Amino acid sequence: MLRLFFALNARLAHQRGRAALSVAGIALGVALGFGVQLVNRAAVNELAAAVRAVAGTADLEVRGGRAGFPDALYARIARLPGVALASPAVDLRAGVAGTERSLRVLGVDVLRAARMHPQLFAALPQGDRFALLEPDRVLLSAGAARALGLARGGRLALVVGLSRVELHVAGVLPAAALPGEVALTDVATAQWRLASLGELNRVDLRLAQGVNRAAMRERIAALLPAGTYVAPVETAAAESADPSRAYRVNMNVLALVALFTGGFLVFSAQALEVARRRGEHALLRVLGLPRRGIARLVLIEAGAVGLVGSALGLALGWGLAKLALRFTGADLGAGYFRGVSPELAFDARTALAYLAAGSAIALAGAALPALDAARRPPARALKAGDEQAMFGSLVSAWPGLALLAAGAGMTQLGPVGGLPVFGYAAIACVLLGGIALMPRLAQGVFERLPPPRRVPAALALEQLRGAPGQAMVSLAAIVASFSLMVAMAIMVASFRESVSDWLDRVLPADFYFRTTQSGDTAFLDPAFEREVLALPQIARAEFMRTTRVALDASRPPVSLLARDLPQAGVVTTYPLVGPSYQPKAGDPPPAWVNEAVESIYGYTPGKRIGLPLAGARHAFVVAGVWRDYARQQGAIIIDRAEYAKLTGDARANDAALWVAPGAKVESAIEAVRALPGGEQLEISTPGEIRRASLRIFDRSFAITYAIEAVAVLVGMFGLSSSLGAIVLARRREFGMLRHLGMTRGQIGAMLAAEGGLLALLGAAAGMLVGFAIGEILIHVVNRQSFNWGMETHLPYGMLASLTAVLIGLAALTAYLSGREAMGIGAVRAVREDW
Amino acid sequence: MKRRDFIAGLGLGFFIKNSLSSEIEFPQVLPNRSLHFPRDHGAHPDFRTEWWYATGWLATESNQPLGFQVTFFRSRLPFATDNPSALTPRQIVFAHAALSDPSFGRLRDDQRAARETLGLAGAADNTTDAWIDDWRFALKGDTYRATIPAREFALDLALTTHAPPLLEGEDGYSRKGPHPGEASYYYSRPQLEVRGTIERGKGKESVTGSAWLDHEWSSDYLAPEAAGWDWCGINLEKGAALMAFRIRSKGGGVVWAGGTLKTEQGKTVFTPAQITFEPLRTWRSPRTSVEYPVAMRVTASTESWDLEPLMNDQELDSRASTGAIYWEGAVRALQGGKEAGRGYLELTGYGEPIQM
Repeated sequence: MLRLFFALNARLAHQRGRAALSVAGIALGVALGFGVQLVNRAAVNELAAAVRAVAGTADLEVRGGRAGFPDALYARIARLPGVALASPAVDLRAGVAGTERSLRVLGVDVLRAARMHPQLFAALPQGDRFALLEPDRVLLSAGAARALGLARGGRLALVVGLSRVELHVAGVLPAAALPGEVALTDVATAQWRLASLGELNRVDLRLAQGVNRAAMRERIAALLPAGTYVAPVETAAAESADPSRAYRVNMNVLALVALFTGGFLVFSAQALEVARRRGEHALLRVLGLPRRGIARLVLIEAGAVGLVGSALGLALGWGLAKLALRFTGADLGAGYFRGVSPELAFDARTALAYLAAGSAIALAGAALPALDAARRPPARALKAGDEQAMFGSLVSAWPGLALLAAGAGMTQLGPVGGLPVFGYAAIACVLLGGIALMPRLAQGVFERLPPPRRVPAALALEQLRGAPGQAMVSLAAIVASFSLMVAMAIMVASFRESVSDWLDRVLPADFYFRTTQSGDTAFLDPAFEREVLALPQIARAEFMRTTRVALDASRPPVSLLARDLPQAGVVTTYPLVGPSYQPKAGDPPPAWVNEAVESIYGYTPGKRIGLPLAGARHAFVVAGVWRDYARQQGAIIIDRAEYAKLTGDARANDAALWVAPGAKVESAIEAVRALPGGEQLEISTPGEIRRASLRIFDRSFAITYAIEAVAVLVGMFGLSSSLGAIVLARRREFGMLRHLGMTRGQIGAMLAAEGGLLALLGAAAGMLVGFAIGEILIHVVNRQSFNWGMETHLPYGMLASLTAVLIGLAALTAYLSGREAMGIGAVRAVREDW
Repeated sequence: MKRRDFIAGLGLGFFIKNSLSSEIEFPQVLPNRSLHFPRDHGAHPDFRTEWWYATGWLATESNQPLGFQVTFFRSRLPFATDNPSALTPRQIVFAHAALSDPSFGRLRDDQRAARETLGLAGAADNTTDAWIDDWRFALKGDTYRATIPAREFALDLALTTHAPPLLEGEDGYSRKGPHPGEASYYYSRPQLEVRGTIERGKGKESVTGSAWLDHEWSSDYLAPEAAGWDWCGINLEKGAALMAFRIRSKGGGVVWAGGTLKTEQGKTVFTPAQITFEPLRTWRSPRTSVEYPVAMRVTASTESWDLEPLMNDQELDSRASTGAIYWEGAVRALQGGKEAGRGYLELTGYGEPIQM
């Protein structure tokens, strides 16, 4: 059998070009999938390692939001029988002065942290080991030192309130001891210098041997104020990667789409190969090779293509991952992994999985052609022209309709474990269903088209009517790649348009300022607010206090935005979606939640919720849901006056300002800048914020575009190779037509018309399927992955030009292949017919 | 005692010498300050370092001999800070405990370190009461109670004496070097009667025995040329007690020496020239390759005792945590080949010089 395979493949040299194309298709798909997986893994491992490095050998972790809990609570927990070791921490992000960066600052009790995690300090020279006991000292992780360009003896300047706090760098911890970008300092230094006196927001606990962890957790939970939770450390490690999970899965699915189009390439190549070799296969059958033997031959060839392609793809994927890490960072540009500088690690299991997936997809692509080759009765297959009859059995519409119906049904199902599993499945169903319906559709359309007057066009239509089997392969390739292209274009355009509209809504003021960075430590005090309001250039200002509160132990904290509301009880700046609730007399104060909070926590309008503020749970009523593209973990708006009343915290972080009539925005900005502390502010106009936001948006979709471009490219390869192959297979026909008196030009026009018609139908169908997939992406996949809603916006210009390019490309490919085919003399071509 | 090493090892020595912000004036140790009890049983937080150091022999119910050591250190950080945080590190408490068990072949030991904060660790200043989490060493009436739930073993011992403290040196002013500032306040509680329980992986065992306690505080201790020291505290027969120490120089000579012998007849305080330590036998550690004179002849004026260890391997290797390597173990004191007492011997600075 194997010898036979090799004998037959002596002729593989002829089709080296096509085989290489199939290999390349699979390789690209595998490379993208493997590369994306490698980068994601590296980032997630790094994040989890950072959590573990800090948590050390802890069993449980007590955590609060930004505000945390009084440090006396730590002493109470540490004294509980069963607690072997309690290690307190202040864990905050602080802005680095003079930069756009923020840095995680972790204040620990070095003596206890060293016991909880001996590795943390083990590599330091003895003198440095307890350096943190000296006031205002930090130890930087290797990542932080590199990112900030600081070394031992340097000074780390942080923004706290509106002032700079300088800390001495007492040493740098090796990357193995503390991964990521972290500044380690003493817990008391952190409390004092980062304006958190008397507060902690984390305590790591190691339990005595034999203590029941669940029971201990309950006992500790009973001591905790609202908003503070106790959870096993694994939860924390898992949670660190959670926010990016949906994004990572999305990237993986995109990469799989590329692999799928690669599979399609194998399918079209094998289908044509089987068609061309029909006579050869029939001869083998006549000579005694059983049916299964034929199928096996086709599959072995596809398997070889798959294996070689996958192996190449793994190497390519490794290279791509390295490049991506270097140029876009661990989140491939999306901004999820701040402060992570991971290393790629080769994972044999993942590599094997992708090797298997690439080979399996190639085999799957060859399955139909193989079956078809085996089924043909040899006597009929030996006749010339039989290849046209291929796939006649597929014309039934039922499988396609059933797939479409299944896809539609699956869009109604919710996410599984936070992932839009059914959304992805629905996309697969719609895509496959659309492709499966194409033969039927093509038959119907071509049969109903009126016969054109010009001979070449008429011949082209006749050809398409007469030989749907071959045309179907090309058509399927067109629909598959074009619909994915359309879907992505619609999804990204809708997203960008929605973000742009949203930015217009949320940026009504003349200019904005905020304390530098989004860290936890910077703030504006009330005196500064008064000074701003007293400026003659300023007509009005709305201040906002942002902080974080934990609503659930197993989830990251949500943002709490305490905003000045110019009209009590009305939120104007944020676009509300869905029904609102009008608070009645006797209701608690109103809160407005973003879409993420609504879907994660089920806080619907009218619902009463408890928010942990200043250690106690305070009742609020949900008055509305607002659209938010900025805070995927969730955000809640409340009135700042209410917040200040409940917490005593009168500070602010952000301000929106309206200039007085006649005053210039520039002069108002200068006036604010000139206030004491004003130099630490980050001041922007709405235009700048818009541009910056859209730039971030485009960057985060850059990789998406790149992956999609590869998928489309693979599809286009498939299209041109299959069209070209069809044309080459019809050399005999061209010879005959030349005999009958057709000019080369006419034959060329005929082929161009054939390709164009096919592409037109494919584009029309692909547009429909693509629109359906786009809708699923927008309203199911994105909604369930990221918890945000958006409106569909069709990028008409882009879709039109994509269609034009597709049709032109198809016509051109057909024409060029035809010219090549006609290069052989007419007589020789006819003689080939026997 | 490896007292000095312990602190040096914890990196505090580094601060004391190299600190950029050493703004604190530590009080000097001066002669003619009389000690008052119970106040002076408590901590003296103004001074830089202080320790309560209990060592002794135990016997199990099957009459198996064991050595034990329980130490609490207090160290004042040399940094002045206005940080109002309750967690600000100003005083650090260290504790170390070891169990010397011939059936185990080497020491079991464990340690704790914590800042004095929120009542989780501290040292009271009115009587002996030092603690870190669930480790505690406290005096109540005439009895010290040591509660040490350590990693591989646990001690719960009551140490009792009705005798007044034995003031070392000149009424508690104990010189450690040629300069007057190189001194400590120092008193001992010899002949402590021990009762209690221990655990070493096989349930609680009742023990009895006799122990020795040192309480010492100071701000400026070792002479700069010191390389290490030898110390012993021996409970002799008929209620007598011997304390002797010498501080060795880096060049191999002796920087200072001292000792006290208390008998029924009274107390004798020896001059540096009257105290000698003479190695009888050395033992090389297979782990660290450091060679220790584990058997010593100690001479105080005219009388000599040969110290023989309970077992050779009583080395403490804490390079991974505090950085110090030293030998500290239970010894018998022999006179004319006959047992005349039992106590502890400490040998430090035999590996590398103590860093201060």
